[in-house]
Amino acid sequence: MKGQGQFAAWIVGLAALIVLPFVYRDPYHLHILVLVLIWSFAYTSWSMMGRFGLVSLGHGGFMGIGAYVTALLWNHVGLSPWIGIPISMVAAGALALIVGYPCFRFRITGHYFVLVTLALSGIVLQVITATRDWTGGSLGYTPNRASSNKWLALQFDDKTTWYLIALGIWLAGIVIWHWVDRSMSRYALEAISEDEDAAAAAGVDVTAEKLKITLISALMTALAGAIYCQYQMFITPDTVSGISVSLQMVFAAIVGGLYVSLGPTIGAIITILLAETLRIGFGTKAVGWDNLVYGLLLVLFIIFLPKGILGSVLDRLKPQRKVSPSS
Amino acid sequence: MLEVSGLVKRFGGFTAVNSVSFKVDQGEILGLIGPNGSGKSTIFNMLSGTLAPTAGSIMFAGSEIGGLAPHRIINGGIGRTFQIPRPFRRLTIFENVALAGFYGQGRHSRAKAEESAERALAMVGLPTDRHASVDGLGAAGLKKLELAKALATGPKLLLADESLGGLDEAEMDQAADMLRRIRDDLGITIIWVEHIMGVLMRVVDRVMVLDHGEKISEGLPSAVASDPRVIEVYLGTDAETTQAAAAEARRRAGG
Repeated sequence: MKGQGQFAAWIVGLAALIVLPFVYRDPYHLHILVLVLIWSFAYTSWSMMGRFGLVSLGHGGFMGIGAYVTALLWNHVGLSPWIGIPISMVAAGALALIVGYPCFRFRITGHYFVLVTLALSGIVLQVITATRDWTGGSLGYTPNRASSNKWLALQFDDKTTWYLIALGIWLAGIVIWHWVDRSMSRYALEAISEDEDAAAAAGVDVTAEKLKITLISALMTALAGAIYCQYQMFITPDTVSGISVSLQMVFAAIVGGLYVSLGPTIGAIITILLAETLRIGFGTKAVGWDNLVYGLLLVLFIIFLPKGILGSVLDRLKPQRKVSPSS
Repeated sequence: MLEVSGLVKRFGGFTAVNSVSFKVDQGEILGLIGPNGSGKSTIFNMLSGTLAPTAGSIMFAGSEIGGLAPHRIINGGIGRTFQIPRPFRRLTIFENVALAGFYGQGRHSRAKAEESAERALAMVGLPTDRHASVDGLGAAGLKKLELAKALATGPKLLLADESLGGLDEAEMDQAADMLRRIRDDLGITIIWVEHIMGVLMRVVDRVMVLDHGEKISEGLPSAVASDPRVIEVYLGTDAETTQAAAAEARRRAGG
């Protein structure tokens, strides 16, 4: 009964989200919604690993690769994003495996894993900035406007199309989250996050399980970067890569709730509303303030609300829900 | 079924296990005893793949398993428990055991894994209720869970590491009976490492005694219990033997 009710709620919610852009057409609000959906997907991607204690600060790197590889292939080789995006995802996935394998094989965990991945984000940012003849460096990069076939170039002028694309990708992220959540891999990864030796003694191939979730997470993050680039039609190293983007993912996922599927989405709503409020309220005077607020809130959340906003709210509701069916 | 020969493990300059050889036959319960630091757990860790041997060979069911990754050894038919129970607290009791049933048996199907989890839980006497939390278990319950996890991996050989530590007398007897039932009913061969000799001696078919990483005695429980070398290193508590042991330790450290 409860499962059916939940399923019905999802269907109704989803139907409302699909209908929304046809009823409500304010372009600024739709723009904010598209951003929320794309970033929600990115944060969900990060949380795939983060929820199992694999705290990566390298995801800015994967996102940057997704965005830049797709755009570079389009501008320099004329390769459609339909092919460019999968290539960029493969590139990010390969990098994730190259960095992940030695880490997992030699048991680099906890803080040390964070440091290795931190270096990864820094390196990707440096590479983008240093190859400025190709990437435009810190001034940013714009994919060439397609003259004819908009579909082939994955460039659309109307917000409604982008809203629907972003909604589809966001939904795919949520579905993948639930798919992992219901799989035996979740048991294995929870076990690994607690005690690697005991997990191995239960027959789990610890390195392989960690690599699998890292790969899934990196592929999704690269896709988020590519979609963000196609939507904004302008990227800079700082907005799609680097440590600050990685930190933003950590912040949003933890604040929203790491252990519930919609947690990162709540996190995206909060981060984007915060950034927009600061931008509109204080303009250029407030550049960088959002990072300061993130840092402060992150500390407060880790101490006082480790399950995040949505996780804590659901916990509150749980005891009341359990009373009737169990007796 | 298991044949260990010339097994050596060194940690830097310290030799934890020094050229130990032994055999375990199908359907046997072998007791492994020895004072603290005698190398029992190190041998266990090599048999289960947690540590790689420095030298020597471990033949299990006709193939060499020394130095293989733990998950390969577990999938090959050796199950183990840990001296101090290591449950996964973020999973339910059932999920703990189902995990072992799934990954310990070649990841076949979830239904099969849950079936073996139910069997293992019933065998050790834990509830098969899917939502029971690990936090509700006491010392005895955690030991049972540890055993259920090992059983769910479908072992032919079970390595039981000091499974009675921290239990009261009645619980100890129960646990000892359970190991015997696991052998009798499921046909699983067992190597049992234990500090508490009394209970162990009643259940095992054969005993092997270790001291300072070397095998000093092996045989039937009655014969081993009256072996003077065993009495000296393991049971000897009077001043004379203690001093001798201390002198021996100094000699070894110096050499």
